[in-house]
Amino acid sequence: MNATVERTAPESGPLIELREVTKVYGQGPAAFPALRGVDLRIDAGDFVAIMGPSGSGKSTAMNILGCLDSPTSGAYLFRDAHVEKLTRNQRALLRRHDLGFVFQGFNLLARTTALENVELPLIYRGEPRAARPAKAREALDAVGLRQWEQHTSAELSGGQQQRVAIARAIVTNPTILLADEPTGNLDSQRSHEIMDLLVALNRDRGITVLMVTHEPDMARYAKRVVRFVDGRVDSDRHNGEKR
Amino acid sequence: MFWSSILLALRAIRRNLMRSFLTILGIVIGVGAVITMVTLGNGATRAVSDQIASLGSNLVMVRPGKRLGPGRDEAGSPNFKAGDAEVIAAQIGSLDAVAPVANKSVTVVYAAHNWSTAVTGSTDAYFAVGNWRLADGRVFTEAEQRAGKAVCVIGATVRKELFGDQPPVGGELRIKNFACEVIGLLQSKGQSAMGMDQDDTIVMPLRTLQRRLTGSQDVNTLMVSVQDGGNTDQVMADLRSLMRERRKIAANEDDNFSILDTRQIADAITGTTKVMTMLLGAVAAVSLLVGGIGIMNIMLVSVTERTREIGIRLAIGALEREVLLQFLVEAVALSSLGGIVGIALATLASVGLAGIMQVPYLFDPAINLVSFLFSAAIGVLFGYFPARRAARLDPIEALRHE
Ligand SMILES: Nc1ncnc2c1ncn2[C@@H]1O[C@H](COP(=O)(O)OP(=O)(O)OP(=O)(O)O)[C@@H](O)[C@H]1O
Ligand SMILES: [Mg+2]
Repeated sequence: MNATVERTAPESGPLIELREVTKVYGQGPAAFPALRGVDLRIDAGDFVAIMGPSGSGKSTAMNILGCLDSPTSGAYLFRDAHVEKLTRNQRALLRRHDLGFVFQGFNLLARTTALENVELPLIYRGEPRAARPAKAREALDAVGLRQWEQHTSAELSGGQQQRVAIARAIVTNPTILLADEPTGNLDSQRSHEIMDLLVALNRDRGITVLMVTHEPDMARYAKRVVRFVDGRVDSDRHNGEKR
Repeated sequence: MFWSSILLALRAIRRNLMRSFLTILGIVIGVGAVITMVTLGNGATRAVSDQIASLGSNLVMVRPGKRLGPGRDEAGSPNFKAGDAEVIAAQIGSLDAVAPVANKSVTVVYAAHNWSTAVTGSTDAYFAVGNWRLADGRVFTEAEQRAGKAVCVIGATVRKELFGDQPPVGGELRIKNFACEVIGLLQSKGQSAMGMDQDDTIVMPLRTLQRRLTGSQDVNTLMVSVQDGGNTDQVMADLRSLMRERRKIAANEDDNFSILDTRQIADAITGTTKVMTMLLGAVAAVSLLVGGIGIMNIMLVSVTERTREIGIRLAIGALEREVLLQFLVEAVALSSLGGIVGIALATLASVGLAGIMQVPYLFDPAINLVSFLFSAAIGVLFGYFPARRAARLDPIEALRHE
């Protein structure tokens, strides 16, 4: 990276940080500001739940954090590096090695088996061929889909697809797991199982977890809850703190 | 990275079997049609020029009338006489032979068989000029020609129709009201450039034909063969002034005869077959284009799905160039497979059809290469370039594509 990139924080700085991030969709009179200046710091090892009304910009913020979208203005720092100044390839490598993303709409490959979907990020990481199926099965096991590995996306229910998407995001053991409503399509028992899984990943593997949820029950698993309202962070408190 | 792109491309082909199959099919049809048509056209051109070569290489024909072909003006163009041939032979240098030729269509009878054919009356020079060889027997002698003896040499078709497998030499044909002894059998020449059976012929002395069949002294054509190394243009110029003099054409009048050499005839006919080949090639090129449009449609219909797929791959950490390599490999694999299958089918079809049409099979490396490259280009154009556009989007935009 070039010398103009500022290094504001010492080694102990946050893992990721958003500074005054805005995102405007569309142009001219149709322009809509989905984010109106978001400040957010997340330390390594944290488990954050993002809540807020529909349309408040949660997914927009997640996409920016996941390097899938670029902010209109503001800064996004990942380990003190300015992400918005990285090249496309550098951001792709960041996604490959450090980020695991679970989409609100799953985004699995069509006509592809669960196993192949989960193997895909391993292929791009250059994992040896022989090691891939075992790792993919392990991830499918973690979401309780081991016996569905040969089913294609169309042959899976919405909840099962969601769990394949989770398996695909965790198979690489990312630094950060970004999950946009990971339990949105699951019954409450499955939801609690998935939450237990996320807690375990956070606790045992040290994966930083960021998840969007509408359900207070699920948010209770997190260490910290951030509320979005109208494209801004409305409140940010640790679980257990008094309201 | 390269191997994983190939792996991913193969998986993509397997996943989208129908799409892959239709892409290949489009290319197979296009490539197959072009190669088959052009190969057969080339074979036909070769067959024609082979037959023209069998006419004899340095043949010049003098015919009454201004020009060859339809609309030929014969009015006021008298036929030649046998004497013309003798004068030509005597006065023009570097000639091999000069044969006066007259024709008549007749029905020939032998035993219980009869057959309609054309009888040619000429001298023994005719066999030299026409590049004919004997399979059996002999040609007529000076004495037979002078006396107008009833002797004849027959072609292979006449032999087959009248004699079957029996030896014809010594047999007696009945032509109109006279009997004619068969003294020789010609070697087969096959079809002529115009598609006529050259072996369906009977040759007898000119005087015999004139006396017994046509009842006139007329000669339709003078066939002149130029010596090897002789100057055909000079011969043609000499022929022209000699014939103008003999036919008493005034200096301000046009010729009332025409002189052609085989090269001109050959050029005219091969020119026609070449035009036919080009026409066939053009028709085939249209089918290649139609195949290409089919591929384009398939690719455009699937562009949404492909764009989303590219978004997914980018989102989980694929580099732009890895995605592009995958789609390039997929496009090249499909179109080369289509090209190879197309070439294989075209080769089978060309060999088969060439056998049926009785033209030689000529492998044309250029057209194989060109259509292969064209198919590859189509595949890359329609498979790769839309992918490239998608791979340059932000992942989220590719994922939102509708
Ligand atoms: N591509 C887009 N173009 C235009 N506007 C958009 C686009 N994506 C989102 N928006 C708008 O931005 C706002 C925030 O959208 P976002 O998806 O971030 O909401 P959200 O908080 O995730 O909502 P939900 O809880 O329903 O998922 C919404 O008002 C939405 O209409
Ligand atoms: Mg959302």
